[in-house]
Parts: sequence; structure tokens; C-alpha cells
Amino acid sequence: MSAAIDSHAHAGHDHHHGPAKGLMRWVLTTNHKDIGSMYLWFSFIMFLVGGSMAMVIRAELFQPGLQIVQPEFFNQMTTMHGLIMVFGAVMPAFVGLANWMIPLMIGAPDMALPRMNNFSFWLLPAAFGILLSTLFTEAGGPNFGWTFYAPLSTTYAPESVTFFIFGVHLMGVSSIMGAINVIATILNLRAPGMTLMKMPLFVWTWLITAFLLIAVMPVLAGCVTMMLMDIHFGTSFFNAAGGGDPVLFQHVFWFFGHPEVYIMILPAFGAVSAIIPAFARKPLFGYTSMVYATASIAFLSFIVWAHHMFTVGIPLTGELFFMYATMLIAVPTGVKVFNWVTTMWRGSMTFETPMLFAVAFVILFTIGGFSGLMLAIAPADFQYHDTYFVVAHFHYVLVPGAIFGIFASAYFWLPKWTGHMYDETLGKTHFWMSFIGMNLAFFPMHFVGLAGMPRRIPDYNLQFADFNMISSMGAFMFGATQLLFLFIVIKCIRGGKKAEAKPWDGAEGLEWSVPSPAPYHTFSTPPEVK
Amino acid sequence: MAASLTTRQLTVRLVGVVLAMFAFGFALVPIYDVMCQAFGINGKTNTSAYQGALKVDETRQVKVQFVATNAADMVWEFQPVGDQVVVTPGRVSEMRFIARNPSDKPMTAQAIPSVSPSKAAAYFQKTECFCFTQQVLQPGESIEMPVRFIVDPELPADVHRLTLGYTLFDITARMPPVPVAGR
Amino acid sequence: MLRRPVLAGLLLACASFTVQAEWAVNMRPGVTDISQSVFDLHMIIFWICVAIGVVVFGVMFWSMLIHRRSSGQQPAHFHESTSVEVLWTVLPLVILLAMAVPATKTLIEIYDTSEADLDIQITGYQWKWQYKYLGEDVAFFSNLSTPSTQIHNQDDKGEHYLLEVDEPLVIPAGKKVRFLITAADVIHAWWVPDLAVKKDAIPGFINESWTKVDKPGIYRGQCAELCGKDHGFMPIVVDVKTPEDYAAWLAEKKAAAAAQRELTSKNWTLDELMARGEKAYQSNCAACHQASGEGMPPVFPALKGSAIATGPIDGHLDIVFNGKPGTAMAAYGKQLSEVDIAAIITYERNAWGNALGDMLTPQDVVKYKQAQE
Repeated sequence: MSAAIDSHAHAGHDHHHGPAKGLMRWVLTTNHKDIGSMYLWFSFIMFLVGGSMAMVIRAELFQPGLQIVQPEFFNQMTTMHGLIMVFGAVMPAFVGLANWMIPLMIGAPDMALPRMNNFSFWLLPAAFGILLSTLFTEAGGPNFGWTFYAPLSTTYAPESVTFFIFGVHLMGVSSIMGAINVIATILNLRAPGMTLMKMPLFVWTWLITAFLLIAVMPVLAGCVTMMLMDIHFGTSFFNAAGGGDPVLFQHVFWFFGHPEVYIMILPAFGAVSAIIPAFARKPLFGYTSMVYATASIAFLSFIVWAHHMFTVGIPLTGELFFMYATMLIAVPTGVKVFNWVTTMWRGSMTFETPMLFAVAFVILFTIGGFSGLMLAIAPADFQYHDTYFVVAHFHYVLVPGAIFGIFASAYFWLPKWTGHMYDETLGKTHFWMSFIGMNLAFFPMHFVGLAGMPRRIPDYNLQFADFNMISSMGAFMFGATQLLFLFIVIKCIRGGKKAEAKPWDGAEGLEWSVPSPAPYHTFSTPPEVK
Repeated sequence: MAASLTTRQLTVRLVGVVLAMFAFGFALVPIYDVMCQAFGINGKTNTSAYQGALKVDETRQVKVQFVATNAADMVWEFQPVGDQVVVTPGRVSEMRFIARNPSDKPMTAQAIPSVSPSKAAAYFQKTECFCFTQQVLQPGESIEMPVRFIVDPELPADVHRLTLGYTLFDITARMPPVPVAGR
Repeated sequence: MLRRPVLAGLLLACASFTVQAEWAVNMRPGVTDISQSVFDLHMIIFWICVAIGVVVFGVMFWSMLIHRRSSGQQPAHFHESTSVEVLWTVLPLVILLAMAVPATKTLIEIYDTSEADLDIQITGYQWKWQYKYLGEDVAFFSNLSTPSTQIHNQDDKGEHYLLEVDEPLVIPAGKKVRFLITAADVIHAWWVPDLAVKKDAIPGFINESWTKVDKPGIYRGQCAELCGKDHGFMPIVVDVKTPEDYAAWLAEKKAAAAAQRELTSKNWTLDELMARGEKAYQSNCAACHQASGEGMPPVFPALKGSAIATGPIDGHLDIVFNGKPGTAMAAYGKQLSEVDIAAIITYERNAWGNALGDMLTPQDVVKYKQAQE
């Protein structure tokens, strides 16, 4: 994103020096825009790496029988696909957006802890380098699913599990530092007059996400540390033979895992809450209730974790409690959806690419929410649990949820980052191909799941063949389309129609008050917010 | 912006939260054990001898069924002497299990108990059990191991039968048997 | 008069459509009361979601069609309304309450702990199931029976591809059967959709579930928790028989166990052992060592030309009987009959060009067993 730092036009805008030259600029940078760009590029590379693994999975599942890979490698692919998409693609993308946009949105000159910012980014390539290197070890990489249930991930794991644990520790430290930085920035660096209830929703949702991160990433770290001790130091946290309990692992994991799900969606809620009003040319409906709904979702996420474990044998009272609590999440989530729809109501809408992704986000995320509600019903979950219905559900909330949210944000703010408008025709093509591909890939998974196909299997009965083939074709289409996105972004960086400071006539917020591309240093003098 | 805390103070506090949550991850272990004992999650029962006495309830009888399972790499022969007993709640009952080491090496084993239905686990009290300690058997040696237990009369009325299962794990690698047969 | 055949034709077309299981899009109602209530619950929730979806998406699409700048719409300016917000917080709560009632009812039915007619212990292994009929002295392993040639696309796949086993679980119709579910190594999950029973099998712990099937028939399921390499290859088949047939089966099973003991005293020829060995090898060994005996090095070593399979027969027996600690090689002495062990070892020593020509008889295995004792 070299154009982002092309700051001649703004010489004299402030008295700071421009960026350093060469490679060391990126290694040593403490500039929130540089670091934001690095996060975004890193996450996109990981998105392609994790995506290629999904292509391997879908190619093997294209037809019944074992054709392309053996079951051992298939399991490594499903595991790594999950880990990379969650920790390598979605989370860093949101941190990248936070780095770029939060200081611009609240009128801060940079993040509150710029050197830590640099360190937390550079931990990520190390973490994923370690994780990916395990694929080349003799016994192979992690093969126990991204949820790595003990004892499959401890007593029965390949030796590379130690590298996996170290990798998780590193990415955990990175996320925690990123979260601390976001909280410190939002609480301490807001421009005068920018009260909490005047902050854009993206800032609000990220603040809440950051608190979730510092609450649960340490629990994940504890969880993998216990695994490490079980494997190497003879403890028995999760080993039944020594008086431990494999089910305890699942409780600890999902205590982290469920809030993690919201970590991956709340920032997208925030971004969409900026984009829909901009293209409906009408203020967001129910700002205050949006803030409270986000906070309630975050709170509820701590008391619903056992809905991932309805079949492990929880007592009846436990099942009822977790079922009711999970169903309750539908209320604040519903409020958000209703607010977005009402924002659109009687607006004056146009459908540029960011809006298309945002609208698809609302529709498809709601469908994912419906299947989530169905999964919350414990007796029915006995049939859905660990089937493709679950795979369909979480891909419906993560792909059109998190990923479409990120695409919408990228198109929305690309003019601000690069100073050029992206190619609208290509952008719309990217949207429609992604939309069709994604639905083709994931909608039939509901059917095969209900018909009885378990998840994480490399081969299946003939009755599931047709829908699996459709899914695979959709997945190939979705995967290939993302190369178009890469092309669009590069094209936009290298040139295109000059972007104005505020390229979207309905957009609101401080980020549009600085020129496009945003100068290397912005808001050295805080703006006044009325 | 008049922040109430400086960035440094805020960072220190947030790091404190992180450390506290890391510790909380480990604290989940004892919390979970307490929850298990209280609600019988996973059919967990007491891991040391029960000392109390319970009132005998002559009006009711409960069937207790016994199941023995070997973990995958365990070669011992392991089974209960009978399939089930009928007990009176509050009264101490006994069942014996037989284990034999058919291998040519001395081995250490640990039995892990589990009670089903899990809601009955909290009402199943063992006063003596071979699962409280490890068992060491020399090659070809066999042993009869008793378990003595009381079923609490407070056991929910809809439970008429409970199952006590033991899974036997080979822990020779972790606790090598002392070569002297000092038992 | 023409209408009849047309109607019949239509019905036939519908029927043929419904048997086209390839396009099954919904959960199966199953064959038990529980599975039926779960199915009903699933449908209730589904239709509620559809109804909400129609309303929400209806408003949304209407708005997207009408409230466009291109059709000259001026944006309104409203951005909050407490009464509306309260309404759409309370309304979902009420709907959720309506969902929670039947869900709770079904859950309580499932958690029934009343006395059962029959208790079966189910143990998950990597990668097979063991069924033990408590109090009956009947126990057996149930392995995938789909030939590896079908899995590797050398043969046409059958209707029950990957959903067929060498020995199904047999239960009587109309009786309450209780399952005590556990595992010997990692976590598995025992799932038969038609019975709506899915329960995790956890090493060291016992889980409980139950079913009562009224309709005799064959019901198929699969392991539902990732348990390693062959997680997709450990199906479950439940054969529900009438009580009479079940009693006959049980008697036969007990007699077979006695016969098995007798088999070990019969005089076996090399050819007989080879024939039996090939079959037993396919269902017990081929998953790792492969039908070709070439294994999947380095994790699963080849047997073809291996030091053990062409070395002293005692060493070969020892490793099959006791397994190799620290590897995936299990101790088959506990799992297989003497005849099968003898047959497999004989087969391994004389197949794929391992032409040793020697054989191990079931009697040898019995002797080896006694020597160990």
C-alpha cells in the first residue's frame, strides 16, 4: 500500500518526517497506518493460505472415495484451515482495520502504544511460520481439529503438537497486546468532545471486542499450557489415567471459544453500522441500543459455552441453563438486525460494492443466526451436533459475517487508504461471484448435515454425493474469486480515479475530514468534536 | 482528553487483568472439580475414602451394576466378580473385581471410576476402593480387589439402578513398579 | 377414467423422488418416539425461523426496491424510537419462550432414567466399536466392512458404502435398551440418526443413553467426534429384530462363542487359514497396513517383506498379540479369537510375496496364551 504514504500533497500539513525508506521502514515502523497495512496484507496472505487448504478439502470431498489426499493429511488440512482462518485471517484483519481506522475515527495521532503495536504485528509471522512448518515434519502437522480436544491432541497427538502450542502462545500474546493497545487508544486518545456515546460504532464494537480478547485469550493460553504440561511434564489435567478429565479440556477451551466467536463478528457489526447509513444516506437507527446490544452479546458470550458440549453428558439442569442462555443471545442480535433494516427503511439507497457486501452481510448473517438458534435447542442439537449442519452454520456466520464485513470495510475505506477509487465494475463482480460461490458452497451443507453426514470426514456415503459436488464447485468459485479481489486492491493502489477526502456523500465521521490518501501523520493537533 | 488514568497506569492494569485471567484458566480446574462433585458431572465420585455414616433406608432397594473396561493398550484381564448387587441405601455393600497381569513384565495400573446416571454420582460414596491407589502386578500375578460403598438414601427417587464403571489404565511408564515385591 | 392412471403416475413420480435419497434435504423423523419429538421440535423451530425471515427480509427487500436514490427517494431523518425498540426486544423474548417450552419437554423425556430391559456397553476404539451385552457374556467388535477397493475407487461403491459393518449391534424391538457409552483411547461419539441418539464416548467415563425402537429394521450411523485418521471409517449399524428373532440370535451368538472355542482344537490346513486370514486381515489390519501389505510408512510400516512378518514366527505372534506400546499397533490378543490371530499371522507370512510357507495354528496361539499365564 505504497500509495498510502505518498504524502507530498500534504507537505506542511504537519511537521513530522515522512516514512523512512526501504525495508527497515516496515520492520521498525510504529506508524498506525503502516502497521494497519501490514496486518491487512498479512491477513490476506493467510486468507489465501487457509483458503487453499479449504480447496484441498473440497477437492477431496468432490466425489465419494479417497482420491487426492489420505485421511491423515485431510485431518491436517481441516485443522490448519480452521486455525489459520480464525487466528491468521479474520482476527489480524480486524486488528488491521482497528489500527488504520480507530485513530482516524477518534481524532488520535496514532495508537497509544506504538512500539508495542509493532511488536504485536511481528509476532504473527513468527507464530504462523512455526505453525505452518509443522506440515513438513515427518509425522505431519496438527491433525486434531481446530478445537484440539484432548486426549487426541495430547496423548495421541503427533510430535508437532509442541510447535502448535508455541504458535498458539505467540498469536495469543500478539492478540492480547493488540487488544491492550486498542483499549488504551480508545480510552485515552479521543479528541476533545468525543465522548464515549459519540464514538462511531466500529470503535465501540472494537472496544468491547478488545475487552473480550483480554478476558479469554489468557484462558486459551492457560489451556494450551496445561496441554504442554500434560505432554511433557507428567501432569494429568486432561488425562483420565492420572485422575484428570478430557471433558475439562472442552470446558476450558469453550470458555475461550465462545467469546472468540464474538471476537470474530463484533468488529464487523461495527463496520456494517458505518456502511449502511452511509449508503442509505440516513443516520443509523438506534445507536444507543446498538451499543447496549453489543455489550449484552459480549456478556452473554461468557455463560453459554457448554452449548458446544450438549452431547458430552451434562446433567439435565446444566443442559437447560445453557440452552436458555444461548437462546437469549438471539434477542440482542435480533435488535441489531432490526436496527440495520430500519436504517435502510425510507433511506435513499445506492448499492456500491461496500453496500452490497453490507446488505449481504445482514441477510446471510441472519440466516446463520437462524441455524444458530436451531442449534441452541439442546434436544435438536443431539441430531445436529458435529454434522455438516454445524459446518454450514458457522460458515454462514463467519464467511458472510466476518469475511464480508472485512470486504465491505476494505471497499469502503480503500479510497481513504490509497487515494484512489477502486474499480466499481470489478468490485461488483467480486461481490456477485463471492455471493453466489459462497451460497453454493455452504447452503447444501445444511442438507447433508441434516441427512446425517458427520463433519471432519474425508469420505462419505453415496447419498451425500450430489450436494457435496455442488458445495465443492461453489467453494472453487468462491476461492478463485478472491484472486480478483487481490487484483482490484493492487489496481486501486497503483492508480485509478482520484478519491476525494469524502468519496461517499452519505458517510459520516472524522476519518473523512482528512485528505485521501490519509497523510502519514494525521490529527497531530486534535480536532474539535462538537 | 482528560483521561482518568495515564496510558501507563491503564496498561499496567490491563496487563494485570490478563495475568488474572491466565490464572483463572488454571483456577477452572479446581472449580470444575467442585462442580463435578456437587452435580455429578461426568459421573465423578469421591477420590478418597468416605468417612461419614448415613441413615439406613429400609423402604427402598437400589440395583448397582458393575462394568469393567480396559483402556486401549491395557493387557490385564479385568472384570467384576458378579454383574450386579441389590443394595439398601445407607448400608455398606461390597463388590470385588479381579485383575490379572498376563504379560511378562511387572506393570502398574490405575482404575478410574465413573457412575451413571451422572446425577446419581453425588449419592454414591465409596468407603474403600482399589481406585484410591495404584495397583502393581508381577508377571502372571492376579489380585482380587474390593470396593465398599454406601448409596446415600437421599438418592433421587427416580433412580432405581446405577452403574459403577471402572476403566483400567496402564501407567507403568509414568510409575514404574518398584522391582522389590514388597506387597 | 384417464384421471386414475395420471394420478397413479404422479404418485409414482413422487414416490420415486422421495426414494432418491441423494437429494434428502431434511432431518429424518427416525423410528422412535424420541426421534419423532426431536424431529417435530426441529420443524417447529424451522418454521418459526422461516416466518421471522419472511417478515424481516420482506421489509428489507421492499425497502431496497423502493427506497433507492435512483427512484428519486429523499432520505428520512428518523433515527430512534424507544417504543419500537422495546417492542422488538420483547417480541423475540416471547417467541423464544414459545420455543423453550417444547424443547424443555423433549429434553426431559430424553433424560428418562427408568429401568431398561437390556443393558449394552458400547466402547469406542480407534477405529471400531465394541458391544458388550451386560449379563449375557456376549461381546464383539464391529468393524467397517466396506472393502478398501471401493474406498480407493477400484470397485463400484455399494448402496451402504462406508455405512456397513461386519457385525451389527442387534437389539430387540419394543424393548427399552440402555447404552452405557465409553471409550478406550480418544473421544468418540456414538450416533444413529434414526434413533436420535448421539452421545460422546469418553475414555475413563461412562455416559448413558437409551432407545426403544418399535419397528424392526436396520439403522445406520457413524462416529460423530473426530477421533483420528479413520474417524470417517467407523460406522454403526443397528439391527433391530423382533424379540423372538433377537432371542434366537442371542442363543446363536452364545453357541458361536462355544463353537469358536471348539474351532481352536480343529486341525487347520494352510489354505483354510489363508482364506480366513485374508478376511480377518481386511477387517482388522488393512486400515493401517493396507490391503497390499505396503502400509503407509513411516507411521504404519509395511508388512510386505518386513523383518517381523518374514522373521521368526514367535516374534510375529508376540507383536500381534501384545501390540507395540507407543504406536498405533494395538494388542490384538484381547480383541481377536485365537483362530483369527493364527489366520492373520499365517496370511501375513504367505501373502504379497512373503512366501514363507509356514503356518501358525490356533492351538499354537492357545499354547502361547497359556505360556504367558
